[in-house]
Amino acid sequence: MAWFKRSSAGIAPQEKKELPNGLWLKCEKCDEIIYQKELDRNLWVCLKCGYHMRMKSKMYIKILLDDGSFEEFNAHIKSVDALKFKAQKRYQDQLKTTVKNTGMNDAVITGFGKINSYPVVFCVMDFSFIGGSMGSVVGEKIAQATKQSIEKKLPLIIISASGGARMMEGALSLMQMAKTSAYIAKLSDLGLPYISIITNPTTGGVTASYSMLGDIIIAEPGALIGFAGPRVIKQTIGQDLPEGFQTSEFLLNHGFIDVIFTRTEMKEKLTLLLEFFGCQKEETDESQEASENSPNE
Amino acid sequence: MDRFVLEFERPLIELEKRIQGMKEYSRDEDVEMSEEIAKLEEKALKLSKDIYTKLTRWQKVQLARHPQRPYTLDHIQRMTRFFIEVHGDRAYGDDPAIVAGFGAIEDEHVVIVGHQKGRTTKEKLYRNFGMPHPEGFRKALKAMKLGSKFHRPIVCLLDTPGAHPGIGAEERGQAEAIARNLFEMSHLPVPILVIVIGEGASGGALGIGVGDRLLMLENTWYSVISPEGCAAILWRDSARADLAADAMKVTSQDLLDMKILDKIIPEPAGGAHRDHDKAAAILKQAILEELEQLKQIPPEILIENRIEKFGKMGFWDESYT
Repeated sequence: MAWFKRSSAGIAPQEKKELPNGLWLKCEKCDEIIYQKELDRNLWVCLKCGYHMRMKSKMYIKILLDDGSFEEFNAHIKSVDALKFKAQKRYQDQLKTTVKNTGMNDAVITGFGKINSYPVVFCVMDFSFIGGSMGSVVGEKIAQATKQSIEKKLPLIIISASGGARMMEGALSLMQMAKTSAYIAKLSDLGLPYISIITNPTTGGVTASYSMLGDIIIAEPGALIGFAGPRVIKQTIGQDLPEGFQTSEFLLNHGFIDVIFTRTEMKEKLTLLLEFFGCQKEETDESQEASENSPNE
Repeated sequence: MDRFVLEFERPLIELEKRIQGMKEYSRDEDVEMSEEIAKLEEKALKLSKDIYTKLTRWQKVQLARHPQRPYTLDHIQRMTRFFIEVHGDRAYGDDPAIVAGFGAIEDEHVVIVGHQKGRTTKEKLYRNFGMPHPEGFRKALKAMKLGSKFHRPIVCLLDTPGAHPGIGAEERGQAEAIARNLFEMSHLPVPILVIVIGEGASGGALGIGVGDRLLMLENTWYSVISPEGCAAILWRDSARADLAADAMKVTSQDLLDMKILDKIIPEPAGGAHRDHDKAAAILKQAILEELEQLKQIPPEILIENRIEKFGKMGFWDESYT
């Protein structure tokens, strides 16, 4: 009954992007019909054209972190409607509905995790929560995660997916750009690594703050990455935008991201980067036991 | 130049014209009219209070972008003993939408960076309506870093309708340029004083807006998007900007309530556009007072405080319910 919801969706166009529960899905790029289980196995990358479809934050945790290694923190922090914002709907109501529909309290999940035994602080944004927009909670959770990196001397990894700063929190959301960037500057001053991974789409205030501040900036292929959204630019200049404008490949060619990795190779490449940065592995109890036991065998 | 008059200012401007006319008549014809003039002046004063103490948010936005409002260079000219403007980002080009340079306000040697709007159509185009490209942000950073090298405080004057949305701006890394400035400004070891003198739209404003103290002139606005932009998204109609201004709470008083702003700087009666000299004099005084305090703070503590200042911004619920 999803089409009933669309007419009243108002400013939540992300709802219509929500994938139906059907068994078969269509690639947004090449229209190929794909069996969902197969897509799951292929990390939501189209089997025919390699297009990277939007993936839930929980899936990133699953595919990038070692099994069972993720310990979420600050999951309880919730947004409040500080400005009593009301347009066609009230922000307060929108928050309530979104929390219910997504099962998340806001647009970013933060925690400790391990990538092939390298402990990291791991943040992943989720576009399904009000377009992955950054309000006070996203800003605060990113800032807190950065502080955890500093305290525990761990590398920071942030996966971005965001339409930008959250309008419904006015200047408060704008200031989150400065807040997150300031803590990342502190992290950098202490010589700790920060890896920024940009996924489709990342625009506005998130691109113009922590996404672009990684020691290394990685993008998934074909992601839309920019400051102003393509629609705004098109309106402003009154002409069509060049082919491939604001894609990962466009940014790579113009020198603003360091490298493009596919989803399939991401974990392996992150492991090598962590090795290069001189991070220390921390074996799990199981593997420690295994190595302790091995001489006796 | 003919005065541009906003709708809500009109009754006052007309009354003032009448007073002026009576004064001239009285002088030229040598007619005693002082009593009538005094009465009208009293009436004008009351009217002005009535109008300007009850401004709606949207009216304040209109004052913030009043075509006769003093811009960055108008203030710099009036406040400084000398000012040497520097151009270019030493990478791509010079962006006239941002002014950067070194000067002295009385005995205080400062770096000043600010958005610059144009007055005439030609100037407006030249300044790109105060909408910076990446090279503008990078020029500002160049000047700020040089200031920091020579231990000079930095004053940032914000007045922009937003960072320029265009192909070139994206190609040259608009997002990176803004992000870089937020990063660098958050740990420059000299006092940074940020003042919104007109419009503070989004990342384009914040891109030169991270500092130790944040001040706004009385009739200015600062938010995450322009009221028009917000209205275009929420109501699909930019004409409802007045509603958007109320929804986003964009005025100096609002930002004080949100605990973002440190202080509101008063403007001359009726707004800064009515008296550039006086507006600049008030601004200058505020800058000198703030710098005097900030200069006492050791650099490490200054940076630590600055990060914490932004760290506290925002509202959220941390209860476990």
